[in-house]
Amino acid sequence: MARVMPGMLTWGLVTGVAMAKAGLPLSIALMMSLGVFAASAQLSAVPLMLSGAPLWVIWLTALCVNLRFVIFSAQMRPHMMVLPKGWRLVAGYLTADVTYVLSVHRHGDKPPASEENLAPLAYFVGLAVVNWAGWNVASLCGVLFATWIPTAWGLGFAGTLALLGLLVTLSKDKRTMVSAALAGTAAVAAFALPYRLYIVVAVAAAVACGLLMDHLTQLRDEAEKARP
Amino acid sequence: MLPEWEMALAVLGLVLISAVTRSFFFLGERPWLLPAWAERGLKYAPLAALAAVVFPEVLMSQGQAPHTWLDARYVAAPVAMVWAWWRRDMLTTIAVGMAVYLALKLGWGW
Repeated sequence: MARVMPGMLTWGLVTGVAMAKAGLPLSIALMMSLGVFAASAQLSAVPLMLSGAPLWVIWLTALCVNLRFVIFSAQMRPHMMVLPKGWRLVAGYLTADVTYVLSVHRHGDKPPASEENLAPLAYFVGLAVVNWAGWNVASLCGVLFATWIPTAWGLGFAGTLALLGLLVTLSKDKRTMVSAALAGTAAVAAFALPYRLYIVVAVAAAVACGLLMDHLTQLRDEAEKARP
Repeated sequence: MLPEWEMALAVLGLVLISAVTRSFFFLGERPWLLPAWAERGLKYAPLAALAAVVFPEVLMSQGQAPHTWLDARYVAAPVAMVWAWWRRDMLTTIAVGMAVYLALKLGWGW
């Protein structure tokens, strides 16, 4: 987590600045910063709230923006079931993109967390708490000091660089890289979709592409084995 | 603009929505298994999600194709990628990428 923290901090800062500069009342901006913990949902909700959109539109938008996390939660399930229900909800709340990616990278194909094997859960909690605290401090600073932070610096780019670095360092084999490249391209192509659905489209494309590559490799291996 | 109490209500709803979507598949008690193909396919999901966030951030501006090739991000992002591949270190990746980006943006006025 320490590796991506600087990027996350600047991103939190930028999100805070964006909320304050959009003209949200201070109390609401603070409440959002501390409460929602979802940069993309926050940023898409702000203009809707300012334009006076009905509540159900705001909530539906947030639901769609968060759709990728529904997919992620399926992969986190084995490591979460050892917790009681209330805490599982808290754990879900604390799951951000980076927390999920690093957790699955480290423990994705390992045995599920249990009373005897708490390592996956401990790793997740460590990531999540550091990320949550860092994000909130940065986001609050953004809200409170918005007027002194020039947007020309493009600080948000630091957050993008952090994710880019993570993407590069986590790429293990050719197939993951090809599917990730396809996901990125699909995201650009589908960017015009509402509610950030392009992320869901991109993930679906990458999964399909990965399965196809797995299948082709399997066919090729079988063909080679069959050859005398 | 919505009245302040309604905004507060909207924010509370957002908190609930983000918690429930993020824990969607592990809230229920019933043992529940993904089909095997989905299980295999989902190992491609994490990096795909990262790429889906990163690519548009680097390539597009406010959801549009940019008007010029002289964009500081187009130089800074590849430099950062090569650096990350070579050094395997996040902190210096961000530092190097930002240095290139700010030099081009503020220094050369791209």
